[in-house]
Amino acid sequence: MTLDLSLLPDGGVNWLDASGDHAGIVLSTRIRLARNLEGFAFPGRARDGERLRILARVREAVESSPHLRANLLVRVDELGSDDRLLLHERHLISKELAGLDVQHPVRSGAAVFLGDGIGVMVNEEDHLRLQTLRSGFNLADAFADMQRIDEELGARVPFAFHDEFGYLTSCPTNTGTGLRASALIHLPGLVLTKEINKTLAGLQQIGFTYRGLYGEGSEVVGNFFQISNQTTLGRTEEEIIDKLLQVLTTVIAREEEARRVLLRDAGYIIEDKLWRAYGTLRYARSLTFDEAMNFLSGVRLAVGLKLITGLSVYTLNKLLIFSQAAHLSHAEGRPLSESEANLARARYVRQALAAEVGM
Amino acid sequence: MLCDSCKERDAVVQVTQVTDPPVRQLNLCEKCAAERGIETHVTMPKQPLADFIQAVQQKQLLAGSESWRCTFCNSTLRDFRNTSRLGCAYCYGAFEAKLRDLLRGVHGTSKHQGKRYRPPAEGGVEEGASVATELRTRLRRAVEQEHFEEAAKLRDQLKVME
Repeated sequence: MTLDLSLLPDGGVNWLDASGDHAGIVLSTRIRLARNLEGFAFPGRARDGERLRILARVREAVESSPHLRANLLVRVDELGSDDRLLLHERHLISKELAGLDVQHPVRSGAAVFLGDGIGVMVNEEDHLRLQTLRSGFNLADAFADMQRIDEELGARVPFAFHDEFGYLTSCPTNTGTGLRASALIHLPGLVLTKEINKTLAGLQQIGFTYRGLYGEGSEVVGNFFQISNQTTLGRTEEEIIDKLLQVLTTVIAREEEARRVLLRDAGYIIEDKLWRAYGTLRYARSLTFDEAMNFLSGVRLAVGLKLITGLSVYTLNKLLIFSQAAHLSHAEGRPLSESEANLARARYVRQALAAEVGM
Repeated sequence: MLCDSCKERDAVVQVTQVTDPPVRQLNLCEKCAAERGIETHVTMPKQPLADFIQAVQQKQLLAGSESWRCTFCNSTLRDFRNTSRLGCAYCYGAFEAKLRDLLRGVHGTSKHQGKRYRPPAEGGVEEGASVATELRTRLRRAVEQEHFEEAAKLRDQLKVME
């Protein structure tokens, strides 16, 4: 199977368009639900034929669901590893579904139904992982989209549900609502003012957690944090969403305050640091991914502080995604070694910035 | 802001004390927080799964029952301990008491408060019919997995029902 993401609006990344609230600080809002079908073993335990039957049933349900029928089916199990990595880098599928984890090679029946900010992963850790994605800070719309597709699919295939425990999932950390709501948030102000540990420790005490750019198990790079609820059982879906809304509103206010403090107390030091980051991105000839992420974080902060003008958050968001290894290889049309990727990355970033602000 | 406990060092964490009313907000420094068992230092992202596995091992919730087996997917509690994943939805029934304790450990409760799911009505299925459907699904799996003894038992149960 060949992967043609041009069939999706904006290649599946219109959640990067920076149109949502607080888009300078919050890249995206994501909600995911874990669901399983009655009468089948979970994907990790199921036989190949059983997973294919699951996919066939889900496909039938998706094709008759008003909000899902336009989605594009991608058979992840029929893709090469480069294409699977590309989908993962684009945040359209998880590492596990992509089969990039040594522990979890790609499974037969692994697939995703991709649409405009709405995706349904099949045969991941659970039979179904529904996800909705919105630009900026927008929990309300992401949740409304999710409720619609959950209702539509749940009315077409029977979900595994227990009176006491709620929706049943492969890992008991997701049992109950199966709901994980998160925001991908950029917190350089809190990192530079060394307030970040206090903020993160506070989050953990009230049942929230944080991860890196790619979710579970990923490291924090470029001061991007994914903040989400830790527990899924014992609270209603609305309570989880409301609480996350409050938590994120507080974190955003703290980040804005930290930025004001930085400018007030260390104006010229910060200004120098951020312009140096910009200078490096404009002129460097080789950039590692971590370097690019860190300098992009600086430039993003400079744009937020209005030190640099004429550069859109949308461009910066796209640079985050398109400067990753599989995307660079895809653009060059061939596999790249690490040093070749570093050269290609520096060239891509230089060109993207020059196109936006002029030479 | 100074620590409410030692009044010497800067407070780094805010704690809401609810154990003895009235509820109080406390601002604590790193040292006083540590004395109360509150973690203030965060370096790496914590993985809930790792925490959860640790909880399983620490509390030995599964001790003495590792060979318990789910009749639907044939996985044991030992498999669960090794992979942190259950084999199927029926495992929740097979290991119900153990999982209830585990869910309480992980989430603080085992009682779902969220949406109540209503499965699609398949032309008004009767109670007996849904039990038969489940038995037939289990029979199909048992045959697929070549567990013929189990398959024979299920076939007999189905015969009685019909």
